Amino acid sequence: MNIVVLVKQVPDSGAERNLTSDDNTVDRGSANNVINEMDEYAIEEALKIKEAHGGEVTILTMGPDRATESIRKALSMGPDAAVHVVDDALAGSCAVATSKVLAAALGTLNADLILCGAESTDGRVQVLPHMLAERLGVAALTGARKLTVDGASLTAERQTEEGYEVVSAATPAVVSVWDTINEPRYPSFKGIMAAKKKPVRTLSLADLGVSADEVGFAGATSAVVEHSKRPPRSAGTKITDEGTAGTQLVEYLVTEKFV
Amino acid sequence: MDFRLSDEHEALRETVREFAREQVAPVIGELYEKHAFPYDLIRQMGKMGLFGLPFPEDQGGMGGDYFALCLALEELARIDSSVAITLEAAVSLGAMPIHRFGTPAQRAEWLPRLLSGEALAGFGLTEPGTGSDAGGTQTRAVLDEAAGEWVINGSKAFITNSGTDITALVTVTAVTGTNPDGSKELSTIIVPSGTPGFHVLPAYSKVGWNCSDTHELAFDDCRVPAANLLGARGRGFAQFLQILDEGRIAIAALSVGLAQGCVDESLKYAHERQAFGQPIGNFQAVQFMIADMEMRAHTARLAYYDAAARMLAGQDFKRQAAIAKLYASEAAVDNARYATQVHGGYGFMNESAVGRFWRDAKILEIGEGTSEIQRMIIARSLGV
Ligand SMILES: Cc1cc2nc3c(=O)[nH]c(=O)nc-3n(C[C@H](O)[C@H](O)[C@H](O)COP(=O)(O)OP(=O)(O)OC[C@H]3O[C@@H](n4cnc5c(N)ncnc54)[C@H](O)[C@@H]3O)c2cc1C
Repeated sequence: MNIVVLVKQVPDSGAERNLTSDDNTVDRGSANNVINEMDEYAIEEALKIKEAHGGEVTILTMGPDRATESIRKALSMGPDAAVHVVDDALAGSCAVATSKVLAAALGTLNADLILCGAESTDGRVQVLPHMLAERLGVAALTGARKLTVDGASLTAERQTEEGYEVVSAATPAVVSVWDTINEPRYPSFKGIMAAKKKPVRTLSLADLGVSADEVGFAGATSAVVEHSKRPPRSAGTKITDEGTAGTQLVEYLVTEKFV
Repeated sequence: MDFRLSDEHEALRETVREFAREQVAPVIGELYEKHAFPYDLIRQMGKMGLFGLPFPEDQGGMGGDYFALCLALEELARIDSSVAITLEAAVSLGAMPIHRFGTPAQRAEWLPRLLSGEALAGFGLTEPGTGSDAGGTQTRAVLDEAAGEWVINGSKAFITNSGTDITALVTVTAVTGTNPDGSKELSTIIVPSGTPGFHVLPAYSKVGWNCSDTHELAFDDCRVPAANLLGARGRGFAQFLQILDEGRIAIAALSVGLAQGCVDESLKYAHERQAFGQPIGNFQAVQFMIADMEMRAHTARLAYYDAAARMLAGQDFKRQAAIAKLYASEAAVDNARYATQVHGGYGFMNESAVGRFWRDAKILEIGEGTSEIQRMIIARSLGV
């Protein structure tokens, strides 16, 4: 099975993150950049499928030059090769434009299965897998907590708020995963050494036949016009139990629209 | 002149750091309180290839070097020393002698399981009656030529990794005769776990390293095949001196990890803890304790990097390894003392990481050559 895993480099969600003041985009320069956490689960799932069924695993990343660090790290877990879409004109791309570029890159890769994380910790829009499937004209099995491969048939347990749904589709398909699906492996030293020698192909917008004005700030379908820091947490409400604390708690939750 | 890490060493360091923070840190406090051996962590470390780090790939290793092992030990010990010493003893004292001195048959029999972390090996040199003075070894092995077996009698003290559920063997040093000059002939022999006459006594109750496995061992007419001799007969002394020289760099790395862990914890606490209406990190007395801790950790790291670089370049590194081990272990003890001070009463609680660091630090000035022995090695190398 030919598997492509989408990997995005994001600012470390464990550290403080900021938006830049000039163009309201994520400040990637000052942040410690890491592989989007959910993507590590997608890589692990791809490797497990390869181990069970054979095939090849390719990493696909769209991002600046700096994203090569994350590509090497992803490769050290075990995938065979990587494709890096890199072009100055891509800066500021919205989800719609990103899906256009990734779909164009996938067009060159002949994938049976496209795996990705259900969301990225920087954007958190959760729409990319759906957009991508739509552009490619294939099924989208999103938010999987379990994935079974049987020949050309994929069955996923799709995590929902109440429980899960069982959905299936024939390959090729896009499957996005949550962190409940597996436990990603840590790279071994052998994997780290091997990653140095694995092929990483770079593609520009011109290579993909996508014009620069369809992407980046120029082609963005949405724009952030303003941002401000989240206000510091205000003091909480203290309820002392004098027999009515339960009611007071529920009333608080209702007024704050938590329930 | 450059002390920066290669990309691969840096990637390894980061990976082990992530593992230690994500997998070791959340569970170690409870395991430590229970004096439980961390089987699950060891299994995960085996899967990451940490037990095979400094061994060639054709032996089932990771194709890394001894420095890679040191970096892994430093990052593990930054979170917990019991886990780190389990790896150090398993690789440096357990598997390394078999890799270095073993016959092809011995390597084939033991290394695959040892390098994957599925099995552990111990190294028995110290005895109840003798530690620093290894020439005082009393354990005897007599060759029963008719049976083709060594018959071992004696006991060993404080042997790491000797009694876990996954311990496969212990290599022991024993007197096998008398040299022409009248001194003892020392040899090393592999004793598989479960051999009749090989008794693993109950685990010691230790001051620290609670999750590390340490036992006294007794040999009572214990018979093993003559082929279990490791390396040449009479070479036991020279062999363990070589193993211990390298091991000192590994213990230095582990000590640096503990010393750096003290800085990490103290920094966090200095920002969080309020006294007299401000974070304690605002007080110069606290800042200076942390600055001194960082200075010691940094200097000790440079010392072990230098010793490792010399070793990998095939140069003499005996003095540099002794300096690194001596300085780093003293830095670890000092940092543990000051980190506990920064934490106030909380630092004296077993639940605090620095409380663990404090208990785990002292052994670093004792094991694999006491500080006095390191000073003797340094002085001797200088010609006094
Ligand atoms: C938790 C733990 C794990 C261990 N694991 C292992 C293991 O896996 N395998 C193993 O073989 N051993 C192991 N050891 C033993 C350890 O290596 C010894 O304890 C150490 O070498 C010191 O020996 P000793 O305890 O006999 O002290 P001694 O040698 O009796 O030393 C007592 C004191 O005398 C000093 N001294 C001794 N000789 C001199 C001298 N000539 N000049 C000046 N001062 C001197 C020492 O420095 C020390 O201060 C372990 C010990 C512990 C506590």
